[in-house]
Amino acid sequence: MKNEGEAAKRPDNTAFTQQRLPAWQPILSAGIVIPSFLLIGLAFIGIGIGLFLTSQTIQVWEMDYTGVEKDSPCFRCTILSNQNCTCEVIFSLSTLFTGPVFFYYGLSNYYQNFRKYGVSKDYYQLAGDTGYFKNPEAYCSPYAYDSKKNPIVPCGAIANSIFNDTFELYQIINGTKKQVPLDGKGISWWTDYNIKYRNPSPVNGSFAKSFDGTVKPINWPKPAYELDLTDPNNNGFLNQDFLVWMRRAALPQFRKLYRRITDGDYAAGLPAGNYSLKVHYNYPVLSFDGRKKVVFSNVSWMGGKNDFLGIAYLVVGSLCVIMSVVMLVVYAKFKFSDDDEAR
Amino acid sequence: MLRRRLNRLCGGDEKRVDSRTIYVGHRPCPDTEAFIPSKFCDNRIVSSKYTVWNFLPKNLFEQFRRIANFYFLIIFLVQVIVDTPTSPVTSGLPLFFVITVTAIKQGYEDWLRHKADNEVNKYPVTVLEDGRSVKKESEKIKVGDVVEVVEDETFPCDLILLQSSREDGTCFVTTASLDGESNHKTHYTVPDTEKDLQALPATIECEQPQPDLYKFVGRMHIYKPEQEPAVRSLGPENLLLKGATLKNTKKISGVTVYTGMETKMALNYQGKSQKRSAVEKSINAFLLVYLCILISKAVVCTTLKYVWQSKEGQDEPWYNQKNQKEKDTNMYLKMFTDFLSFMVLFNFIIPVSMYVTVEMQKFLGSFFITWDKDFFDPEIQEGALVNTSDLNEELGQVEYVFTDKTGTLTQNNMEFIECCIDGFQYKHRDTRSELDGFTVTDGPVNKLQQKAGQEKEELFLRALCLCHTVQVKEAGSEEVLTDQVDGIDGMQPQPEEERGFIASSPDEIALVRGAMEYGFTFLGLESKSMKIKNRENNIEEYKLLHVLNFDPVRRRMSVIVQTKSGETLLFCKGADSSIFPRVKPEEVDRIRMHVERNATEGYRTLCVAYKQLSAEEYAVADTGLREARLALQDREQKLMAMYNQVETGMSLIGATAVEDRLQEEAAETMEALQGAGMKVWVLTGDKMETAKSTCYACRLFQRGTELLELTVRTLEDGRLKREEKLLELLRDYHRRAVQDAPPVKAGVTRSWSTANQDYGFIIDGATLSLVMNPSREADASQYRSLFLQICQNCTAVLCCRMAPLQKAQIVKMVKNSKGSPITLSIGDGANDVSMILEAHVGIGIKGKEGRQAVRNSDYAIPTFNLCFILPQFLYQFFCGYSQQPLYDAAYLTMYNICFTSMPILAYSLLEQHISMEILLDNAALYREIANNAMLRWRPFLYWTVLGIFQGLLFFFGVRFLFSNPALQDNGQVFGNWSYGTIVFTVLVFTVTLKLALDTRHWTWINHFVIWGSLAFYVFFSFFWGGIIWPFLKQQRLYFVFANMLSSVSAWLVIIILILLSLLPEILLVVLRKPRGPHSRQKKPSQSNVGGSQSSQSSARPLLMRTFSDESNSVI
Repeated sequence: MKNEGEAAKRPDNTAFTQQRLPAWQPILSAGIVIPSFLLIGLAFIGIGIGLFLTSQTIQVWEMDYTGVEKDSPCFRCTILSNQNCTCEVIFSLSTLFTGPVFFYYGLSNYYQNFRKYGVSKDYYQLAGDTGYFKNPEAYCSPYAYDSKKNPIVPCGAIANSIFNDTFELYQIINGTKKQVPLDGKGISWWTDYNIKYRNPSPVNGSFAKSFDGTVKPINWPKPAYELDLTDPNNNGFLNQDFLVWMRRAALPQFRKLYRRITDGDYAAGLPAGNYSLKVHYNYPVLSFDGRKKVVFSNVSWMGGKNDFLGIAYLVVGSLCVIMSVVMLVVYAKFKFSDDDEAR
Repeated sequence: MLRRRLNRLCGGDEKRVDSRTIYVGHRPCPDTEAFIPSKFCDNRIVSSKYTVWNFLPKNLFEQFRRIANFYFLIIFLVQVIVDTPTSPVTSGLPLFFVITVTAIKQGYEDWLRHKADNEVNKYPVTVLEDGRSVKKESEKIKVGDVVEVVEDETFPCDLILLQSSREDGTCFVTTASLDGESNHKTHYTVPDTEKDLQALPATIECEQPQPDLYKFVGRMHIYKPEQEPAVRSLGPENLLLKGATLKNTKKISGVTVYTGMETKMALNYQGKSQKRSAVEKSINAFLLVYLCILISKAVVCTTLKYVWQSKEGQDEPWYNQKNQKEKDTNMYLKMFTDFLSFMVLFNFIIPVSMYVTVEMQKFLGSFFITWDKDFFDPEIQEGALVNTSDLNEELGQVEYVFTDKTGTLTQNNMEFIECCIDGFQYKHRDTRSELDGFTVTDGPVNKLQQKAGQEKEELFLRALCLCHTVQVKEAGSEEVLTDQVDGIDGMQPQPEEERGFIASSPDEIALVRGAMEYGFTFLGLESKSMKIKNRENNIEEYKLLHVLNFDPVRRRMSVIVQTKSGETLLFCKGADSSIFPRVKPEEVDRIRMHVERNATEGYRTLCVAYKQLSAEEYAVADTGLREARLALQDREQKLMAMYNQVETGMSLIGATAVEDRLQEEAAETMEALQGAGMKVWVLTGDKMETAKSTCYACRLFQRGTELLELTVRTLEDGRLKREEKLLELLRDYHRRAVQDAPPVKAGVTRSWSTANQDYGFIIDGATLSLVMNPSREADASQYRSLFLQICQNCTAVLCCRMAPLQKAQIVKMVKNSKGSPITLSIGDGANDVSMILEAHVGIGIKGKEGRQAVRNSDYAIPTFNLCFILPQFLYQFFCGYSQQPLYDAAYLTMYNICFTSMPILAYSLLEQHISMEILLDNAALYREIANNAMLRWRPFLYWTVLGIFQGLLFFFGVRFLFSNPALQDNGQVFGNWSYGTIVFTVLVFTVTLKLALDTRHWTWINHFVIWGSLAFYVFFSFFWGGIIWPFLKQQRLYFVFANMLSSVSAWLVIIILILLSLLPEILLVVLRKPRGPHSRQKKPSQSNVGGSQSSQSSARPLLMRTFSDESNSVI
């Protein structure tokens, strides 16, 4: 109330408080925009051509083996009563399929991205926490307990519905079948295999014992610890196929990596010739009008074959170039005279 | 609300009584029945809203009254109750954040109020108790306490002045903090109380508290032993208001009549209701639109879900069976839960952080106003004061400016120019020389061509010397003897013989000094006698019998004095209109010409008249006046009637002309305001001629302006009645200004040539009341709409002879007119208070365009959320309408509060689309933002369409990429979270870069915030995906981001989508009318055609001054 300390009321004279901070005021003038549009356009066209050409070099062979048509090889396996059915798909490659060849299976109209399906797993189980083996997460329901109230490990819809068709590939050389070795290693994300998913620690040296008191998922033929009898490091939750399956697909039509062909005689690729794919047909998809397919593909630096990116880049690049030309015309007509005056 | 309640509590039990009785010094008085100390409220001022205890519930309650907050609360509750796709945390956390930030802001503001309250309440005051002075805290003052106040202190409560250290029983106060009038006002002690305060047995009977600052009625009974109690009337001149400051008086004592929340200051403070900004209202409108979008999205999804599920095998494929509970649930209940789930999933379309961003922007933006040193007034040592941070953005949208003339356009610093005595003109040249004297250097023209009679001349000058309420500043004070009006001309050293004067009105000083220049010096008022030094250096003494105070209704004042020789004289001075009818008509003609000519030149004119009172006449007047003064009821009217009765039959002696100088650069400011497309209305109480010439002087009217007059004079028509003539004129003007004129388009720069006819409109108070309240009710609306339409098509409107209430009436009328334009009032006097309260924005312009930013952010936020949520919506078509979220919960949560809010905030705070210098030079640019231009539906639609385009682009771009999910060179495939992360990355980058594109003013803060938030996004994504978080049930994003970056295709798709979605914006920026400096520099040269000589004139100085003046007026 007294007139003291009033000098303190004087506002600070700083650039910030006076809103006079030095500022850069870019102006998108024609002189900048047109060349940059042109440059961007050309760069995009370049990238687009590269992408497109790369995509063209990628070889893809795919085949629907669901067996909807009566004459298709796997038709007989679609009959439900037919358990442990195998069917054989014969195909031929006219040229060398350059290696390494990636072997995918594909499903369509299959909704791995259902919300309820997606949450139906117990991460703590999958991280090897045996404390959760007895009491699976509630989200796993109705795949948490079997009919006898035994806890299921790994619980949940995703694990339960693991894709269980298996394939064997043979090259037919002079009527004899030569098995093509399929490499199941490294098909899942490195972090999934090495960090995210963990097996429970063995009890008394026995891995299987750590699963005591739990049951396998209803649809599984074997418990988790016996998924791959040939390779002890590919069991439990750290089974590559299991990990691939657990990474949910984004869209109802998807493919997942099944195997790689990298070994032996086929390291350089699949030579031209006839091949036989033996399918152990277990996975029912017709009930929801789904389809199954196998895909052989090689990959490039951009991944699998996808023309979209290349075309998109070409289109956008040309668009930029066209616009820069249009702008040039417009500016030449109307704007340059003004600019010169001002200068 | 609380305050009102508190008030009711305080004065609850005596509300029924019309008056209160106060015992001075709490002493029982002999004559009264019993001494009942009534309960009055204590002297605490509570302006704060909260206490420590009620802060949390009350603040929460108030926050959840906001639509958006309440909506999010509901969503949160839904998430808690229903099984929804996202956890309650995703919306709970932002809500919590928003609520916390707002609560902190409001808490801080309230803490400041508490501090201010405390400063007032704990201020030490001296109270006389039982003969001793006791130091007390201000809040402990009780009604009836006798309080001592020393110079330059503010009064702690409303006091009746009992004793003053000045001999004549007066004191001076300034009420700058109450009503903005910074001049000194004289207050008087109650007669007969000057002696012994310690044992003054008296009671005061006065009315209950009421907010009118200028009204007070009371009566004081002074009990003397063995005598009838003496009764003294109390009026506003005895009442010292809390908040006013004692000036030029060493010490006063007074008895407390009103305390705390019952003081007039507090009662006035309450009246200020919260002004809600137009932006907040329109935000709510847009929220509603988005809410509709949200609901329709949810409905579409729910419907499609059930359509889709009806197909066999889709609802419950073998791999995703339902559990028993889900199977048992009722179908309709399921539908409803699904609907709620979709709502929850899409709820982020309504940005939770919007209010916080806008509020922070306002809050911080108001700091910029406070900090602005250009608003700093070195004279009063104060910068701008922002009273509410809610209205900043409206400053950028003002369409109508209402300004007072005196003190706002003009300096309120009067200079005596000339006078006219008995028809002869006496001119005084202002020569700014060493002596403000009466120069005769210019030969015969200058002084007087012909002289009036010596007698008349002296009578006139005596009248000037006597008829006023001026006080002489005491000699011996350390300060230089200077005028103390506004401190404006206090800086010039004055000659020794000059006196310092103190008066409530600067006119009076000007007149007294004018008289001094002609040889009559007013020496002062001592114990009711006025001393004058005449030309012969003799001291004349007059006994001051009565002062008939000035009031704006009567527009004149009088004094009754008695000369040494015993003659009783009445001197009266006032506006010509109020004097002329009261003098002999033949005298009028001689003077009228001069008065009118002076008025045309923009001077304030006053006429001086006198009258000799016979002893009988005086006796009648004396008793009448005394009675009227004592009346408790209708004192005003009774006084008025008495005044009118006394002030009749006078003879006119002369007239004076006083110049009220224009404020510095007033003209430039007015021109700038008009250039900015604002309509300037001058509302003044002055004469039309004076006001008109001021308008010309400050270029409100220009030479080409065609004036449409609607005044009493134009209405005087022999043939027609006034109302008929009014209607005829209204129609005529309407035809000219509205129908014939091409419609004025917003945004079209006013042409500086005469191609478009400018119209100025003049109306006076009497005519206005005719327009507003015509005799036939039916015409009212017709008159009004005609009037309004004319006014709206005129570039400037001058309303003269306005009563304060009429000013408010006009503001209200414009405010409520079509399109509800934002109005702004500037004024400095008490007569402007009502008009200021009525307008949207009380005062203060900052012609800076930064405010446009708010607009942008208002749109930007919801629009950003549209392209944020649209992919989420589209994803439902690909996931069987199962409410699968596309983005991870962390992204959903962080999007609004972390990734996008800071750039928007920085943008809205710091953006200067056009630099200050250019803006000040060329106010026409203001047009582009005024008129709520950015808040219209068209840009809103544009933003929405853009948002939809971007949302579609993001989703389908990635969708096509994912037609083959093997995106890495090791053949591994990407899953759904990778999908979402790619979309989200594109989104964050696009939104931030789009803001970067809009930013024209890149300070380091903008750089920091924009690039910083992008870096933060990348960092956060790595961090979030780089650790197995123990508290999460699903490690969904584990290494998703890093994996995404290892894929070249993902990089390429992100780049192309960002570019493509920014392309429309870039094109728009390029193809839009170029706003580079080149195009702008041309405009000022055009504006100079209008005749302004000073091209560097800036709008700021005047605005600055009015702003800082006004800043005092609110507590």
